This record gives sequence, C-alpha cells and structure tokens, in this order.
Amino acid sequence: MTVPLLSLQGLTKAYPGVVANDQVSFDIGEGEVHALLGENGAGKSTLVKMIYGLVKPDSGQMLLRGAPFAPAEPRAARADGIAMVFQHFSLFDALNVAENIALGMENPPAMRDLASRIREVSETYGLPLDPFRTVGDLSAGERQRVEIIRCLLQDPKLLIMDEPTSVLTPQEVEILFETLQKLRSEGTSILYISHKLEEIRKLCDHATILRLGKNVGECTPAETSARDMAEMMVGTALKTPTRSDRIVGNVALDISGLSVPAPSAFGTSLKNVHLTVRKGEILGIGGVAGNGQDELLAVLSGEALSAADAVKLHGKPIGRLGPVARRRLGLLSAPEERLGHAAAPDMSLTENALLTAAVRENLENRGFLNWPAAKAFAKRVISEFDVRTPGPENAARSLSGGNLQKFVIGREVLQRPEVLVVNQPTWGVDASAAAAIRQSLLDLAAGGAAIICISQDLDELMEISDSFAALNEGRLSAPRAAAGLTVDEIGLMMGGAHGMEVAHV
Amino acid sequence: MIRLEKRPQPSRAWSIATPLVAVLATMIAGGLLFAILGKDPVEAIRTIFWEPLFGEFAFYYRPQLLIKGAPLVLIAIGLSLGFRAGIWNIGAEGQYIMGALFGAGMGLAFYPLEAWYIFPLMVIAGAFGGWLWAMIPALLKVRFGTNEILVSLMLVYVAEQFLASMSLGLLKNPEGFGFPGSRNLQQYESAHNADLIAGSGMHWGVVAALIAVIFAYVLLNRHMLGYQIRLTGEAPRAARFAGVRPARLILFCLGASGMLAGLAGMFEVSGPSGQVSIDFNVGYGFTAIIVAFLGRLHPVGILLAGGLMALTYIGGDIAQSNMGLPSAAIQVFQGMLLFFLLAFDLLTNFRLRLGKPEVA
Repeated sequence: MTVPLLSLQGLTKAYPGVVANDQVSFDIGEGEVHALLGENGAGKSTLVKMIYGLVKPDSGQMLLRGAPFAPAEPRAARADGIAMVFQHFSLFDALNVAENIALGMENPPAMRDLASRIREVSETYGLPLDPFRTVGDLSAGERQRVEIIRCLLQDPKLLIMDEPTSVLTPQEVEILFETLQKLRSEGTSILYISHKLEEIRKLCDHATILRLGKNVGECTPAETSARDMAEMMVGTALKTPTRSDRIVGNVALDISGLSVPAPSAFGTSLKNVHLTVRKGEILGIGGVAGNGQDELLAVLSGEALSAADAVKLHGKPIGRLGPVARRRLGLLSAPEERLGHAAAPDMSLTENALLTAAVRENLENRGFLNWPAAKAFAKRVISEFDVRTPGPENAARSLSGGNLQKFVIGREVLQRPEVLVVNQPTWGVDASAAAAIRQSLLDLAAGGAAIICISQDLDELMEISDSFAALNEGRLSAPRAAAGLTVDEIGLMMGGAHGMEVAHV
Repeated sequence: MIRLEKRPQPSRAWSIATPLVAVLATMIAGGLLFAILGKDPVEAIRTIFWEPLFGEFAFYYRPQLLIKGAPLVLIAIGLSLGFRAGIWNIGAEGQYIMGALFGAGMGLAFYPLEAWYIFPLMVIAGAFGGWLWAMIPALLKVRFGTNEILVSLMLVYVAEQFLASMSLGLLKNPEGFGFPGSRNLQQYESAHNADLIAGSGMHWGVVAALIAVIFAYVLLNRHMLGYQIRLTGEAPRAARFAGVRPARLILFCLGASGMLAGLAGMFEVSGPSGQVSIDFNVGYGFTAIIVAFLGRLHPVGILLAGGLMALTYIGGDIAQSNMGLPSAAIQVFQGMLLFFLLAFDLLTNFRLRLGKPEVA
C-alpha cells in the first residue's frame, strides 16, 4: 500500500465552550483532489489551520509521507511543502503583482528574476498574469491568481484552497478548475474546501464530510448525488423548498434610470439601473460581491436617497422618502450584515423587533412605545420562524448566525410587505435554516408580494427566482426569465471572466 | 494566566455591581494613598463618606449636598442623552456659564421691579442661553461635519471670556464700589432662587434635577426618541436602517444637554452663588461628565452618582480642613473613582478566566 501524502490521525481541538474538531482522521493521497465539506461552523477552517501551522491541535497527530508532522508556524508548514490560498486575499492594492509576491517570500530573488519566474509559472498553469500590473486594478479572479502563483512558486506538495470560488464568476471558475486539474496531473495534492456541491462533484476525487467537528463520512463525489452529500453535511433529510403556482400581477416596484454616486471611496456607484418587479414575482439579482449589492439595497431601503421618480412603488415616486416612510408604504428590506446593520448586537430581540416593525405593527403611539406589543411581535417571529433562543429578552448577539438571520427575515416577512428586498438572505446559514428562509420567501411571493433577492449564491437564485439579473460594477443587466437560463449565460451576465484571458494550455 | 473572554451577552448583575465595586476599590486604594501621606486611612475615609451625612455638623452639610448635587445631576442627565447616542458634548461648562449669564441678565434687566413673572422668565432665558451655546457645535457638526468634542470644549473658554467681560462690564454692579461682579440676586427677591424650605438647600434647581431624572427615564425607556438615541449609540448603521435621521438627533441631544446645563447655571447664579463674578464657574460642567459615566448613563444611576460626587466634594473639603489632607489628594481620590469604574466596567462585557488558554 502506498503511503498517503498527509495522514491526519485523531486530531482534536477545543475552544472554550465548543469542540471545533473531535478525533478527525483522514488521508490525502498523492496527486489527489480531496474535498473537505461541511456547513459553516463544522470545523473546516480549524482543521486546515492546524495543517497550515496556525493552530496547534490539543491531541492527535499528522504524518507527512509517513514522518511525524507538527508545524509550529506557517513558515514551517511552507518549508514542508504545504501552501494555502485563503478565502480573503492578503494583497497590497498599491503594489504590483511581483512586489506582492516578493513580500511573502523568505528570500525574494531580484525583481527581474522573480518576474520571469512568475511568467514561467503562470504560463505553465494557464494563469496569465502580468507581474508588473498594480494589484488594485485587478479583478477578484486575477487577485486569486496572484495568491495561487505565490503558492505555486514554492513548489508545494499540498495546496489548500479555502472557498476559492465564492468570488468568481462561472467562467472564472472554469479557468481555475483547469489549473487545478493540471496541478493534479503533475502530482500536487489539493485540499479543497467548499460547500458548493456541484463543484466538488466535478473536481474532487474524494470527499471528507465534517459535521459539528466530527468526521461523519467519506465519499467519492462523482458517484454521490449532491443531495446525499448535503444530507450528510446537515445530518437530516433536507426539505427542498417547494414553489406553488403564483399569479404574477401588476408592477409593484419600478426602478428606471437610477444612478447614485458611490457613498465612499470603497463603495460602488450605481449606473443607470432599470428594473421592475411584479406582484407575486421573485427577481433574483446575482453578481460577484462588491459590484453594487449593498448600494442597491440602501437605495431601496431608503438609507440612500435618489432622484424621486427613479424609484416608484405602485407608480408613486418614493426616491426621496426615508426608511420609515417606505415601510409605511409597504416596502421592507433586510440587509446582508446581520449584526450592526439589520440588528443591534447588544439590544434584546424585543428591541430589535421594534427596529423595523414600529410603524407597521403599531408598536408606537404618538412616539410612546408599546413594549408589550413589541415583545409579543418578537415572540411571534421567534415561534413562527423557529428561532432558537430562550426568549425575546436575549441580546441579538447571543444568537447564532442562522438563528439571527431567521429572526431578521421573519421580522420583515411577518409585517406583510408588499415589496421585500433581501440581500444575501442565507449567507452563513446552515442548510436547513436556509431552506426554511427560502421557503418563507416563496410563500410570501405566493401571497402576492413582490420580492427582490440579491444573492451571490447562484443555486439559491435559480431555486427561487422567476427572473434573473446580474450586477456588474454597478450596472444591472437586463432581467431575463430564470427558467432555462444556463450557467454560461448567467456567467456572461455577471461580467464573464471580467476581462481575464482564458489561457490555452 | 488571566484572560478576558467576551460574554455572549452583557451581564446585568455586573452592570449594577460595577459602581459599588468601584466605590469600594476607591476606598481601599484611596485609603492606601492617605496612609502613605501619613494620615489615618480609616479616619480619612470616614471623614469623607460619613461626616457630611451623620457627623456632628451634618445639619450644615446635608443642605450643601443638595446644592452641590443638583447642578451635577441636571447637567449629567443632559450629557447622558448625547453620550448614549455617541454625541460628545464636552462643553457643558460653557453652556452652564451662558445659562447663568442669560438668566442673570434677564433678572437684572428688570431691577428693581418686583413681579412674580421675573423668575420664570429668568428660567426660560437660562435654558435658552445654554441651548444657544450648544447649538453652535451642533449646527457646525450637522452642516460641516466638525468634531463636536473640540468645538464644544473650545467654546468653554470663549464663554469664560464672556463671563469675565460681563462681570467687569455690562452686568457689573453699579453700586459695587468698582469691584467686579453683578448685583447680588439673593438680595433681589423676585429674582432670588431661594430655598423652598428655609435652610434645607432645597431650591428650584433641585426640583428641576428631579424632574429631569424622571423625564430622561421616560424618554429613554418609553419613547421612540429615546429608543433612537440608544440605537444610534449601539449600532449607528442599524439606526440609519431603522430610519433615524442623524442630524435631528445631533440637534436634539446637544440642544437638550445645553438647555439643562444652562438651567443649572441659572439656578446657581440666582441661588447659592447669587451673583455673576469672574470665578463663577467651578467645574460642574466637567465633573458632570464623570457623574454621567459613574451613573452608567442611566437616569437613576446619575441621581445616585451625583449624590456620591457631591459627598466626596464636601467630605473632601472637611478632610482637608480637619485632617490637613492636600486638595490634590482629594482630586486623585475622585479621579480614582472614575478610573476604577471604567476598569471594572470591562466585567460587564467580559469575564475573567484563570488558567491555560484555549482549553475547554
């Protein structure tokens, strides 16, 4: 029997109050693409941090080609041929590609030699990249190439990739997969972390599934259905949201020629956005993060103002109305950031219920607050949306992400909105909670509400939306019927490969 | 090894216990300080905390507690509204001076007419003066985004110059033999903020402070505006999402705190102090910042903290004269109180863990 490249044996790591990894064991073979699957909080990150030397295990051991392996720090892990591409890039915008790569090296060679090595590696692996371009001008996909090339220059035996496709368009994902397959064919092993099951089925040879810190099973992705893998991740049978027939009615919300300057130097300006949503319709808006999603939500919620008739609700111009007036008219919203934007972390759920529901649920009378009514409303949200918490007097920050998200969505849904705008409604939420949230959106639309769902999760958008549009650098593509849309078409709407060349290898 | 670990939610028990623990720690550390200075620590602490309330001369000191406590509470209540929302009015001292000048000016304009309406007009003028002075940083912040901390603080020194100019010029007592300072309002019945019960120290300012406490309590706990104030302080982005207009909140919070500081100044100048003089202000506006935090920005807490602060002032005075403690030592003692409060405040949101890190 061949010795695996890396063998994990009974790795355990506990943090106060939670066991992040509990006796996790599995092997990564030479030249294997190994998937590490699991929901948020299943312990994937902790596990790779142990392999990369960022965290020390409490017990258990690792063997690298049969020899004990216990890196004390990332530098030691790198010296042993472990490289990692993080989900969040650590690049300096003002420096060029070669300078950024040199910064991460122990003994950087002369800039000219480095540049030629970068060119060499990038051509070999089909990742065209000019070493002298400034990183600030690169797209997310190109930035990721910088990170990958930085790793490849070390000639790694094992490349760890943490959620690499979350910032990429489908076309960019294609390019990445070709690179990874080429690496595999040369004998490099890859540990691939993701919760996107279709990708894993396509790319990976083997998958290990973590749930609540434990290794709950292994499978060969190509031979296992995405549904089976999802159920192994969650541990229970999944309920797929069902869509009932909906009657699409009159136009509820109409945006025409909406242009808004960027709120800050790091924001995105909205450029001539047009869209309409009808009663009973769900419009899905996709796009890579940072292309104007937050700004679009702000313009709809009333946090940012626009020209009065750029936004019309039932034909009435509302572009200059604030959030309270819009809620009164039936336009509700739920922002992406739960803590600090959709909810105040240190305030109780009752107080957070008041945050958006004061007007429509009659929680105030001439400025005086009706606390019993607010508490009753919070309790209703908690019970109808199955929010796991001891009671409405608990602080919002004491809830887990998924539970707080259910509370935030439930708070808006129960106010009977006529138009509901949600941004990333299931971001960082476990699969069963995500299914419940999607179902509630479908039910709301079935009841005649118009819904705009902004999301970076294309599977989610395809599951619930009737029509689909994509945001790209603050511009919105023309909406198209979601049924029958192919991944390629979606990718092109999202801006294709963002001008990245496809390498021919 | 000691580590701090964030609590899942703020501890209610600690948020109530913190001020008490802080007072206790101040007594211990202060006692040590006094011992190093060669004084009997137990006697010093007893003098500060016991003497004014139950000592031999308590009949004199108790009214003094009200006289010193009332302006502190009145100003601190106003400041706490802004502090809750993250709007930092540091210039209450200036607003206090302007309230006194406007109030006294209104009263003196009627001199020597005796009429019932003079005192109410002075109250309104005092509140207006403080409000006006606070509107300067408020409008500058709303319009130009200036920093209210700096502007309100600098306006204290402008107000002090005004005060000096008024005591030497416009408001100077024409029968004062050339000495600086205005007529004594205590001798002008219609303008005198006299004790409601003679010798009790219970003047209109005390009544106003109590009303302010009740008003602030209702505002913060039962009213939308108070909710918006708290929300803005806790999560500014969520507040905007909820529909709070920051500019309106800035105008309200600075305006209200300026008004209350102006009232405090007006009640002081027409009562205990009696006249506009160059050294009229004694730092109530700054001490009130400590009182506001000592009271955890909570109206009832501020009421208690105002009392405690007044106690350390009066007790400190007694300790100075009876035991020969230097006044600097008393100030250090008061500083310790705030220091320990802020230090122990950490325990509301964090808990201490002993032992090795990262082991469950």
